[in-house]
Amino acid sequence: MTLLAALLRRDLILAARQGGGAGTALGFFLAVLVLLPIGIGPDQATLQRLAPGILWITLLLSVLLSADRIFQQDFEDGSLEVMAMAPPSLELVALTKAVAHWLSTSLPLSIAAPFLGILLNLRTEVIWPLALAMILGSFALSLLASIGASLTLNIRRGGLLISILVLPLYVPILVFGMSATTGNPEMINPSLLILAAITLASFVLAPIAAAAALRAYLK
Amino acid sequence: MQQFANPTRFLAIANKALPLIWVLTIILFAIGLYGALVTAPPDYQQGETVRIMFVHVPAAWLAMLVYTVMALASAVAIIFRHPLADVAAKSAAPIGAVFCFLALATGSLWGKPMWGAWWVWDARLTSMFVLFLLYVGYIAIWQAIEEPGRAAMIARIVALVGFINIPVIKFSVDWWNTLHQPASVLRMDGSTIDWSIRWPLLVLGLAYTLLFLALHLMSMRSEIAARKLRNLQIARSGEA
Repeated sequence: MTLLAALLRRDLILAARQGGGAGTALGFFLAVLVLLPIGIGPDQATLQRLAPGILWITLLLSVLLSADRIFQQDFEDGSLEVMAMAPPSLELVALTKAVAHWLSTSLPLSIAAPFLGILLNLRTEVIWPLALAMILGSFALSLLASIGASLTLNIRRGGLLISILVLPLYVPILVFGMSATTGNPEMINPSLLILAAITLASFVLAPIAAAAALRAYLK
Repeated sequence: MQQFANPTRFLAIANKALPLIWVLTIILFAIGLYGALVTAPPDYQQGETVRIMFVHVPAAWLAMLVYTVMALASAVAIIFRHPLADVAAKSAAPIGAVFCFLALATGSLWGKPMWGAWWVWDARLTSMFVLFLLYVGYIAIWQAIEEPGRAAMIARIVALVGFINIPVIKFSVDWWNTLHQPASVLRMDGSTIDWSIRWPLLVLGLAYTLLFLALHLMSMRSEIAARKLRNLQIARSGEA
């Protein structure tokens, strides 16, 4: 447990000091938010209707773009092999690194996103449901991204491949994330519960898949 | 099952079975298409366009069946280290992708006159589209990783992770209110389709399955040959 805590701390410190963490992801998020109204047109009513969808998709893309950071560097400098030989199982290592990715990238983004929605004229009454749905969903996003990152660990230009592999898995999160924020207020609770269920299921299953893929590369 | 693990024995059986499977496939397609295009009555609402369904529905069944075969083969490869299981999964993927594309394309052709749109984003159509992406991702993994042993290990995980989509497709029409009609052939309380339309559909379903079997066996055969060739080339380059 202390080893895993140390690993978590190390990953968070690395993310904070190396750059490419929450700050860069937030910058990307802002850049997309600036471009979209230019592409769609500045009409306030249209933007208000599209705002939750735009925020969700920007969140998915930001998480995906930072996904290869989860394992790649540690694989390249060999520290992943050391972690694989350490007492905690590789599944727990993968889980810890996914949690570190969530805490350093997805969670800050999902907290900031609803407030950045103000730029898109987001209706104020959906800010809270959107924030809750994003915080719940973002953990699943990081966990699924860790599967994609481990599957494409040593593939040159693996970034595009990650998107093909992981985006299909993101569809349910997007569907229920959207139904929590658009649609009628009765749908908010069931959608949040299903999002929580998806997150819990990927909490259990994603580390197993990720560790299996890591073993294939470490052989 | 273990006695079929030997590729040589598999090839011997496949070579004997293939002509028989092809003959059966052609006979069943002839019967099924005769029923579908000649004896089945036009629908009172959809008119003659209902005949697209005879191509569309079996293709969609097969797209799901082939992915299931892929996932099962991948599971067998992980559990029993069966030498043919990876070959089976790898060679099934492109066939399944084509069936999936056929289902999407014919559905689109039918949707334009019936729903007034080539495509709608309802749950069944979306999950079917996701299935197509999963096929593409699976094929891309085999292309992207050069070392075959490692590619096999990674591809198994991709196939198994993606399998979660299959029940979603099956039940998408029950869980959500979709424009796509709910299950009507395979239901717990009996089919809701008249026999005159159901029998050609079932015969064609069987014909598609046999077609898949034939193509799959041929594709596995050439995959085994490709691996032999690769090993020979490696051996030869070692000698030189």
